[in-house]
Amino acid sequence: MRTIEVLGSGCANCRRLEANAREAVAMAGVEADVLHVTDPREIVSRGVMSTPGLVIDGEVVSAGRIPSAGDIALWLTERG
Amino acid sequence: MTTLALRRPTLPLPVVAGAAVLAWVVAWFVEAPAADWLTFTVIGLQPGTHLGEAVAFFLEDLPKVLLLLLGIVTVVTLIRGFFPPERIRPVLAGRGLVPGSFAAAGLGIVTPFCSCSAVPLFIGFVEAGVPLGVTFAFLISSPMVNEVALVMLWGLFGPGIAIAYMVAGLTVAIVGGLVIGRLHMERYVEDYVWELQGKAVRPIAIRLTWADRLNDAWAYTSALVRKIFPYLLAGIGLGALIHGYVPTDLVVAIGGKSNLLAVPLVVLLAVPMYSNAAGTIPIVQALLGKGLPLGTTLSFMMAVTAISLPEFVILRRVIKPPLLAVFAGVVTTGILIIGFMFNFLIG
Repeated sequence: MRTIEVLGSGCANCRRLEANAREAVAMAGVEADVLHVTDPREIVSRGVMSTPGLVIDGEVVSAGRIPSAGDIALWLTERG
Repeated sequence: MTTLALRRPTLPLPVVAGAAVLAWVVAWFVEAPAADWLTFTVIGLQPGTHLGEAVAFFLEDLPKVLLLLLGIVTVVTLIRGFFPPERIRPVLAGRGLVPGSFAAAGLGIVTPFCSCSAVPLFIGFVEAGVPLGVTFAFLISSPMVNEVALVMLWGLFGPGIAIAYMVAGLTVAIVGGLVIGRLHMERYVEDYVWELQGKAVRPIAIRLTWADRLNDAWAYTSALVRKIFPYLLAGIGLGALIHGYVPTDLVVAIGGKSNLLAVPLVVLLAVPMYSNAAGTIPIVQALLGKGLPLGTTLSFMMAVTAISLPEFVILRRVIKPPLLAVFAGVVTTGILIIGFMFNFLIG
């Protein structure tokens, strides 16, 4: 089971990223939980200050941008 | 599914970028004569009449501002991508209040800022040991002295006003940071923020390709232009009406230097216009042409970008009301002083 975490305050950009992440899970055909981390302390403790951030299996893969579903699917399979 | 199937086939990057630049340059040189031709030949309005001048202003300004926005925001977003807050934080962490405030105000120009990131940014700075005053210098400078406003001002008014705006904004940010730092208001930061201080800061390493960066810049720009387009239309429409119909005497009488209330009035007017800097520039352009003094104009522009009620609400999550009040007060006072000073010094 993989874990994808979206770091963000729940703003429009964060919701778009979460939607992309869910689409990516379907595209890559993997089993993954998609979580939304909104606590700013938790976000900062991951080293991210510009939201939205994206974490795959504990590793920060992007911050301050909205990667496409295709990109996220690629990261999921490359790290698999 | 193979990795290969997930990659989208696209045209080579230099081809796309080159075609976009060429189209932009052609449009830039064609739009003004095209607008005149449309107004005075196709529609058949007379030059020099109220309606003719207003329509020409609208048709010339709309594509001009759109082109400026598309071109500048794309290039600037591309550049800003190289200066994320995660990267500038270590630069500011080791510095004292004075050099730190100067550095923070300067870096605020190139660093991307979104009010939705204000809270993690604030916590991240404080956690890493960036002094409170320096953090505020950054929080003032980053939204106010943004390169989009600067380059738009440059494109529409020339370098003089753009540089005046930058110097004024940096001054407010630096002085604001110094004042907040000297007041020693650390106890007005929410307690939980301090609990994180001193923990090891985890650096993140993210590599982006040029394709990623260009895609991000274009996605950001097109979303921004779509979002502000209605305001832009309203702003240019209002600017056109001012340009065609409002007499210069009226603007000078109400907004001129002899009316000391003009600067506070435009600052007040600017508060609800938060984040619509691009939409307000056409209005400002028309008013400046009708004799609104430079200081009053600068105050208005700065207040539009820097005094933001939504941002104050968001910051309330990390700072207590007294510090929030000082922050708002310092920024507002700074903007008023800049307005009066420019009005007094120039002309």
